Amino acid sequence: MGGTRLPHAPSAKGQHPVSEHKSPAHDDVTRRDFIYVATSVAGAVGVAALAWPFIDQMNPSAAARALATTEVDLAPIEEGQTITIMWRGKPVFVRHRTPAEIADAEATPISDLKDQEDLPADAQRVQAFEGQPQKQWLIVLASCTHLGCIPVKNLGDYKGWFCPCHGSHYDTAGRIRKGPAPKNLAIPPYQFVSATRVLIG
Amino acid sequence: MKTFTRIALLCALGAGIAVPVALAAGDAKHPEAQEWSFDGFFGHYDRAALQRGYQVYKENCAACHSMNLIAFRNLGEPGGPEFSEAEVKALAAQYQIPDLDEAGEPITRPGKPFDHFVAPFANAKAAAAANNGAAPPDLSVMAKARAGGPDFLFALLTGYSDPPHGVEMLEGLSYNAYFPGGQIAMPAPLSDGGVTYADGTQATVAQQARDVVQFLMWTAEPKLEERKRLGFMVMSFIAILAGMLYLSYRRLWRDQPH
Amino acid sequence: MAGHSTYQPTNGLTRWLDTRLPVLRLMHDSFTAFPTPRNLNYMWTFGGILTLFLALQIVTGIVLAMHYIPSADKAFNSVEFIMRDVNYGWLLRYMHANGASMFFLAVYLHIFRGLYYGSYKAPREVLWILGVLIYLVMMATAFMGYSLPWGQMSFWAATVITNFFSAIPWVGEAVTEWLWGGYAVDSATLQRFFSLHYLLPFVIAGLVVLHIWALHVPGNGNPAGIDVKTPQDTVPFHPYYTVKDMFAICLFLLIFGYFVFYNPNYLGHADNYIAANPLVTPAHIVPEWYFLPFYAILRSVESKLGGVLLMFGAIAILALLPWLDTSRVRSAKFRPVYRWFFWFFFVDCLILGYIGAMPADGVLHINESIEVPYLLIGRIATIWYFAHFLLILPLIGLFERPKPLPESIIKSVLGKGGGTPAGAAHAPERQI
Repeated sequence: MGGTRLPHAPSAKGQHPVSEHKSPAHDDVTRRDFIYVATSVAGAVGVAALAWPFIDQMNPSAAARALATTEVDLAPIEEGQTITIMWRGKPVFVRHRTPAEIADAEATPISDLKDQEDLPADAQRVQAFEGQPQKQWLIVLASCTHLGCIPVKNLGDYKGWFCPCHGSHYDTAGRIRKGPAPKNLAIPPYQFVSATRVLIG
Repeated sequence: MKTFTRIALLCALGAGIAVPVALAAGDAKHPEAQEWSFDGFFGHYDRAALQRGYQVYKENCAACHSMNLIAFRNLGEPGGPEFSEAEVKALAAQYQIPDLDEAGEPITRPGKPFDHFVAPFANAKAAAAANNGAAPPDLSVMAKARAGGPDFLFALLTGYSDPPHGVEMLEGLSYNAYFPGGQIAMPAPLSDGGVTYADGTQATVAQQARDVVQFLMWTAEPKLEERKRLGFMVMSFIAILAGMLYLSYRRLWRDQPH
Repeated sequence: MAGHSTYQPTNGLTRWLDTRLPVLRLMHDSFTAFPTPRNLNYMWTFGGILTLFLALQIVTGIVLAMHYIPSADKAFNSVEFIMRDVNYGWLLRYMHANGASMFFLAVYLHIFRGLYYGSYKAPREVLWILGVLIYLVMMATAFMGYSLPWGQMSFWAATVITNFFSAIPWVGEAVTEWLWGGYAVDSATLQRFFSLHYLLPFVIAGLVVLHIWALHVPGNGNPAGIDVKTPQDTVPFHPYYTVKDMFAICLFLLIFGYFVFYNPNYLGHADNYIAANPLVTPAHIVPEWYFLPFYAILRSVESKLGGVLLMFGAIAILALLPWLDTSRVRSAKFRPVYRWFFWFFFVDCLILGYIGAMPADGVLHINESIEVPYLLIGRIATIWYFAHFLLILPLIGLFERPKPLPESIIKSVLGKGGGTPAGAAHAPERQI
């Protein structure tokens, strides 16, 4: 409906409709308008409630939500090896770092990093199991933070990853050091469910 | 309203009732009406019955009948048997799911909650070959796939009997008055005490039938409880809105001849 | 009849728009100020209900199409995926399936209103014919939509209906294979049915725009069937009929809601929860309820071609109605003879519907000794259907003595004691 002014039809005698109770005009308008306003509000609430299922059906389905986590068995991954697994349809690197790689990563001062805001310290980029930081395991999203290409492992000036698309170099903690990428490789949420199994997501 | 309209409406009502009833009839005995906890405007599932029914399906039916549309995680979702997360994981892990290893070779691995129930046969042809040429149908939506629904399923499961005098049974078939034609390829699947219920309920044929039918109703309509709950809210809202609109209508037209 | 536009743009923006694309003026003239007879009864609310349900079917259909897979090997399971895993998928599916039934319920009430009150008569012939076209496209849409879940009924109804075309002399086989995209109903057929099922509702929407345009030229008919003579015969469409239509919509939604929430599979067929199997024919192939009368007409003759022609003829004959009915009086309110035959026709349609649901070779048991074959009943009912249009209507118009018509709409409503300022009682019950 438009504003509060409603077009009124002429009554049979060509005059405006007359209230049968002859109560004061002000009172009559208030009583008459309330039911219209209340009905309009109720109708609007109904339409909004109706809209929700149509919007929500585009959210991930129950089947998609059931695949939101992935368990990875770490035992077969040897030291120095990096594997790629899929999580929520995206590739993820699981890297078994050598002590040299860990030392390299820990020795780098934060001030040397290109991105000093996104989990810059090596200690922030690993998880613990039963209180012991598992520094040998680095798990990062295999998506270059520049434009999303998959970086190549064990290449580049910092011995981490090198992205061939536009030349970004990542170090052994997955941090951007050189090249156009603005941020360090993202760390997905994960936890150790045993010494040799992680649950990602 | 005048006589004509009344007669017409009665005819329409009669046709509306007659049509589905007529469609349900055939040459089979009509199943007796049962009372189910999920009937009616406020119906809901009996969780204990659903859990017992799952047990009956798993131990009696799953050897021949697949249930491909159900995933293990469904057993833990609200509105169903509502097994705990741990129970669901344990149930799933009892099954071996075909998968591929890193080299692309076919292997099997323990089930996860997101896996669907494992079919007893690799495909429809194998199912038919193992069952005298008649493949046992998938049970996921069986409660909606037969006229009479749960009442029919209960009657069928408890309706096995000796054939009446003069009826010649074909080889390999059993007599069931509720099955169209009376001769069914499935032998009586339930027997007294065939299952030992975890909650101690006595497992008569009738009890197992009630429980498994309730379970089959849930596999066919897992959203039943949510549907009726939402229905109550929506219908109440529309009824109230209709009342308000009617008042608005009367108020508007009060001084208008019409 | 629309006269001079009374639209007044209220601010700078609306004034600017009005001189470039007067869409707000069009909305105002068509749906706000539009003079509408003041004596419309509830049988006039179905146009609004139909518009709502067209919109509802389109919106639920679009969101369902985001999840449905139109391929023979995946369709059935994709519908079950919608029912189980898509958020509110069960609600959207049940709304769409039952919405189709509600759409047809409303359209039948809308058509019967037209038949009773002479809405098809001059100058509304084109309006009526557009309605027949809308009905035809609705039937095509519903038929194809029903095949999409790829259940047993979906598959076999598609097989039966597409097989009609093989009855066409000479080109029948070729046409049928062209429709199928193969030598039988299969995935190719399903895929094209999905494409067309998505397309046709927008064709319906276009026809509805023409339908409303054709209505707005002469203006609405009314229960008295007499023309609008003075402005006192009418009230502006908004708020008088917008509010009334919304109330009627709520009542209709209660019926819709009952089916969606409490009995969502009642109007369907159990066999459609069995996945399609080309090797197994269901015991009784039955179309959805809204096609049953035509199914009965189809089966009333032995000849396949004859049945198909009769069935399409039963719909086509509706388009000729404005010329078959020779009466100069529109509304059955003033046609005492026609009124009887209207109700006979209505009952005949119910009988045809009932017969359509029955097995073709069955019998109706009246008592232990009397049996009447359904086929015989169907044949008589089909003959009556065509006789109503081809024989009864032309003859009644020529020989019937109608009751005297009221002088004007305003006089007809004032004469019932509903003048202003009325007492508490509203106008007495009017004769239908």
